[in-house]
Amino acid sequence: MIIGLAHYLAVAAILFTIGVFGIFVNRKNIIVILMSVELMLLAVNINLVAFSVYLGNLTGQIFAMFVLTVAAAEAAVGLAILVTFFRNRGDIAVDDASMMKG
Amino acid sequence: MTISTQLAYAYPELILAVGALALLVIGAFMPKQTSLVGGASVLVLLAAAVASATQPFGVAFSGALVSDAAATFSKVAIYIASAVAIPLGQPWFERRGVKNFEFPVLILLAALGMGMMASSGDLISLYVGVELHSLALYVLAAMHRENAKASEAGLKYFVLGALSSGLLLYGASLIYGFAGSTVFSEIAVAAGGQANTGLLFGLIFLICGLGFKVSAAPFHMWTPDVYEGAPTPVVAFFAAAPKLAAMVLFARVLADGFAGAAGQWQQVLVALALLSVAVGAFAGLVQKNLKRLWAYSSIANIGYALLGLASGTSEGVQAMLVFMILYMIDVTGFFACLAALSRGGRPMETMDDMAGLIKERPGIALAMTVFSLSALGLPPFSGFFAKIFVFKAALDAGLWGPAVIGLVGSVVAAFYYLKLIKVMWFDGSAGATDKPPVEAKTIAIATALFAFPVVIVALTWLNPLAERAAHAFGLA
Repeated sequence: MIIGLAHYLAVAAILFTIGVFGIFVNRKNIIVILMSVELMLLAVNINLVAFSVYLGNLTGQIFAMFVLTVAAAEAAVGLAILVTFFRNRGDIAVDDASMMKG
Repeated sequence: MTISTQLAYAYPELILAVGALALLVIGAFMPKQTSLVGGASVLVLLAAAVASATQPFGVAFSGALVSDAAATFSKVAIYIASAVAIPLGQPWFERRGVKNFEFPVLILLAALGMGMMASSGDLISLYVGVELHSLALYVLAAMHRENAKASEAGLKYFVLGALSSGLLLYGASLIYGFAGSTVFSEIAVAAGGQANTGLLFGLIFLICGLGFKVSAAPFHMWTPDVYEGAPTPVVAFFAAAPKLAAMVLFARVLADGFAGAAGQWQQVLVALALLSVAVGAFAGLVQKNLKRLWAYSSIANIGYALLGLASGTSEGVQAMLVFMILYMIDVTGFFACLAALSRGGRPMETMDDMAGLIKERPGIALAMTVFSLSALGLPPFSGFFAKIFVFKAALDAGLWGPAVIGLVGSVVAAFYYLKLIKVMWFDGSAGATDKPPVEAKTIAIATALFAFPVVIVALTWLNPLAERAAHAFGLA
């Protein structure tokens, strides 16, 4: 069997969906949400690199580099906010983030 | 084109980037000099506004950066709105014992990102601009570190913002794959005539991601929580400039990249617009907290702006631009009023806190009345003119049904604006308030004066400028 573009896109779509579900279904820990976000961005990277190879066009790989860098910055900011949240509340359970409702 | 001629198109961005980095170093070595960093940041923003007003028009960096009338128009507005946020926010934080120089630097970085969004001509610069402004905004929301609500607001904003960036990016990757390019003008060629399914799929994801950023329903769920928890002057900032930047970005993607598929995206935008108007009007009815109330009001107002864009005409984009500018001034003013009010050192944020405010603080109560009537769309306030432009554009494009539903939504929303006015003017006073800080009061009064008499003069030059900006997009 030859692994073609469609296979890569399918893997990326599955990973992306797992990432989105990881954000919504997970009720435990906010770190898991950060991991899910990372999973979504990596799914996009698979897409970009697969398209880049298939099209013979380097832009997609350059785009993937940008995504990697920004994902690192995003994780840093996210963890920093998580630390302030932990200092205020002493816990990082998802159900704890419920001071405001309505 | 040589590198130096290309850089000439990016002067505003260069000024902001160099300014932000230099001020970060200055702040790191002289952490006591917060007002120096704040003042210098305002100057940097004004310099960037002047640079973008005098910029040559053209396309640089292989299409990644577009400098045209629309970029100039929105960038000047974004930079000025950001410059207002610094004198409003910094003293507010200092009164609460948060004396830091990062606040103005983060505003600068957010402004840089928003400027990039407004002039992006490529999916990569779109993404980098969106992320640059979002990352700065997440931190700003959680800036008041000792406040549990603020850190929760920052966390919620971050999680849903990251999700929306993921959706936006997934859409961008599909568009790249099916169009074979990330430049909007080349995507337009691929999407001309009948756009294929893959491209449309990507476009839908991109619209969802941008819908989160402008807080259009059904992607609005973060807005009330973030507005309630984040520090009030920060809310004044991110209810204004980032919304304009995201709306201009919306227009860029749709008009520059997908003009050929206008029939398809129009329906999506009309659905988003009507849902936003409905959610904003009905969910606002039960709110007690004024910051939450104005979060729903902002969702409804984004609905009207999207309705203008959904017309798919140059007139519609012009209406959207005028609407956003007038709305930005209203919302900044309203949150400046809230930032100015406190009772016994405690912020006044609920409807009950405002009881009888007209006797305690007549100036601020009058300003809040003006903003409420303006957001309601009552003539002769600025919100009335804003809505007139949008509805006219929608009617000219044949969107009769959506325009009528939009009007009904604004009648429903009238209930909560009028309730606030009734509470302020006719209820018994809830006690003496603290003396309002001078900077918040000045901003509140100035924006209120704009919302009523000045707007009539201002529209005579704002409208032609918006028209020129709208013509930069290739719409009929």
